[in-house]
Amino acid sequence: MTKYDDLTEFLLRLGDSALVHAQRLCEWTGRAPALEEEMGMMNVGLDLVGQARNWYEYAAERIGDGTDADTLAFRRDERAFRNLLLVEQPNGDFAVTMTKQFFYDAWQYHLLTALQHSGDERIAAIATKSLKEVTYHLRRSSQWIERLGDGTDESHQRMEKAIDTVWRFTFEMVEANDSESALASSGVIPSLADLPEQWLATVNDVFRNATLTVPDAPSTFYLSARTGMHTEHLGILLAEMQFLQRAYPDASW
Amino acid sequence: MRAGELITTDLQGRSGDETDIQRAYSVLEEVMDPEVPVVSVMDLGIVRDVDWADGHLHVVVTPTYSGCPATEYIETAIREALQGAGFAFPKVSQRLDPAWTTDWITGQGRERLKAYGIAPPVGSSDKRSLVSGVAQVTCPHCGGDETEQLSEFGSTACKALYRCKSCLEPFDYFKCI
Ligand SMILES: [Zn+2]
Repeated sequence: MTKYDDLTEFLLRLGDSALVHAQRLCEWTGRAPALEEEMGMMNVGLDLVGQARNWYEYAAERIGDGTDADTLAFRRDERAFRNLLLVEQPNGDFAVTMTKQFFYDAWQYHLLTALQHSGDERIAAIATKSLKEVTYHLRRSSQWIERLGDGTDESHQRMEKAIDTVWRFTFEMVEANDSESALASSGVIPSLADLPEQWLATVNDVFRNATLTVPDAPSTFYLSARTGMHTEHLGILLAEMQFLQRAYPDASW
Repeated sequence: MRAGELITTDLQGRSGDETDIQRAYSVLEEVMDPEVPVVSVMDLGIVRDVDWADGHLHVVVTPTYSGCPATEYIETAIREALQGAGFAFPKVSQRLDPAWTTDWITGQGRERLKAYGIAPPVGSSDKRSLVSGVAQVTCPHCGGDETEQLSEFGSTACKALYRCKSCLEPFDYFKCI
């Protein structure tokens, strides 16, 4: 198993999370509850594919040996992916999809806000660009959480069930990490020490308006994106996403 | 070496000057956005630099949205338009920083959007207007101020879907970023 340097691993964490989340959103094509929501999800997905490409291109340059953004997206195995466990979870109903979206958006929002001030200029540029898009993503998903949580009995109940389903994967967004601390102390990125608190504050605010209860802090378990130990869902997602490039390497149109 | 690099300069040995750059800009005024074909790449403010280097014309563009599928198309369209105007092998490259903002859409671009039925971005792109509520948008069809947002995302990532409460027509609003 290849383990890259801290910065490359960090870039893959950002790129893989964006790509896998976007791939999940694509599964709603033709099945969304309303046309407007379908367009919304596809456009959010498109933004994220673009962001993934920007992170991948940087990672690929660092890896060298002819690796490019496509190789990273389509020719790596499950164990090499560094995406958050949260984003690989199945879409479930619209409440689960929106809950995943909201937790991820809030994480992206605070992370990118910090990364705008990175010592590494390329990271700062991609973060600044991405944040403009993510601000709209977060606004949309927050509104949905409030509408569903503070909606009908049925929607409220489904929101509670959705939170129950995915909350345990959020431990990854709020855990401290040595390699990120190392990147921060060498001045590549700013310190991310406040990220857990900021993420939780956004969740608290939105849940309060949505009449939803924030569960107790989730505990860490043996799976982790950082080591490539994923849930059983990622392999299936990749099998579909990578099929064409695996079956017909270097196919183009 | 790529094919075009055999051509050592864009203008058959003559080095380009300010007049050629002005000519390049007027060519770019005619390169239209594929999704909103009434606004040019100049109207959108995505052309960041036009200059000479090593005998070639260099055009620097910035993408509107990270995942905008029109980005590659636009780069090709720019290259082809310049070649059509006699620049043998113009080079087009991308720059992310500073990130594109709707503040760079020109006055002419805003007028053209409106005439096409798309409400131009309201206000400036400071962070406050992004996080705080929905913008007060004027209907591009009837000029009415009573409009409502139907969806945060319209036909493309750069637009939101609105409806006019006066003439009841739906319309796209070019979001402020
Ligand atoms: Zn109207």
